[in-house]
Amino acid sequence: MNNREEEFSCKSISVSEMLVLKKFSYKMRIIKVNGALISKEQYDSTIIHDGDDVQMLYLMSGG
Amino acid sequence: MHFTEIKTHLSKFRVGIAGAGGLGSNCAVALARSGVGTLVIVDYDVIEISNLNRQYYFTSQVGLMKTVALEENIKNINPEVHVISHKKKLDRFNIAEIFSGCDIIVEAFDSSEMKEMLIETVQIRMPGIPLIVGSGLAGWGKTIEITCRKIDDSLYVCGDESTEASDNMPPIAPRVGIVANMQANVVIEILFNIK
Repeated sequence: MNNREEEFSCKSISVSEMLVLKKFSYKMRIIKVNGALISKEQYDSTIIHDGDDVQMLYLMSGG
Repeated sequence: MHFTEIKTHLSKFRVGIAGAGGLGSNCAVALARSGVGTLVIVDYDVIEISNLNRQYYFTSQVGLMKTVALEENIKNINPEVHVISHKKKLDRFNIAEIFSGCDIIVEAFDSSEMKEMLIETVQIRMPGIPLIVGSGLAGWGKTIEITCRKIDDSLYVCGDESTEASDNMPPIAPRVGIVANMQANVVIEILFNIK
């Protein structure tokens, strides 16, 4: 994730499960898996496999 | 490369700027000074006195539409820049049309919800168009924590990605200016990779 290796005990997990396991609770974020943007509605159905490139970006207000 | 050559290259491109507040006004001015050919600037707000702590406007412009004032300021800096301004609130339905033809888009909103909406829309509706996001710029100090991260060819983020603006942590000129100019710097870098 964000170019760092992350280890999970299972072979594949959904984006939702990953967020719970990593305790990522801040809601304003963008997630991309292998270059594809994952909308909030797709968090349950998108499965992250071993070796996938997951990118996460937090959106802070202010500008 | 001499500046005249730099200007000649940059004059061929069109950059979209979503929001003309702290990030947008400062980024637009940096791009205009550098010689970017066309700037498409979108905002629906008027200038308030409280904006002057970070936005590229003057006391004489308080009450004017930001799009009108920014176009005037850019013309005073570099009259060769073609400014296309839209007094509109961007949404999921008008973004692709308003920014059509842009080589790059700069995200320069204040609210995180608007940032999210713009990123999702541009990434899905305008695939391949690089988007430069600003995230995490409130307060002062912590200069070294402000960075630029390339997520992939179509998404870059400038800022510390952690400082949220609030009443007790307002965005002020130095950090907003750093991030806005960082965004402009990324834009120019990408434009120089386009032949």
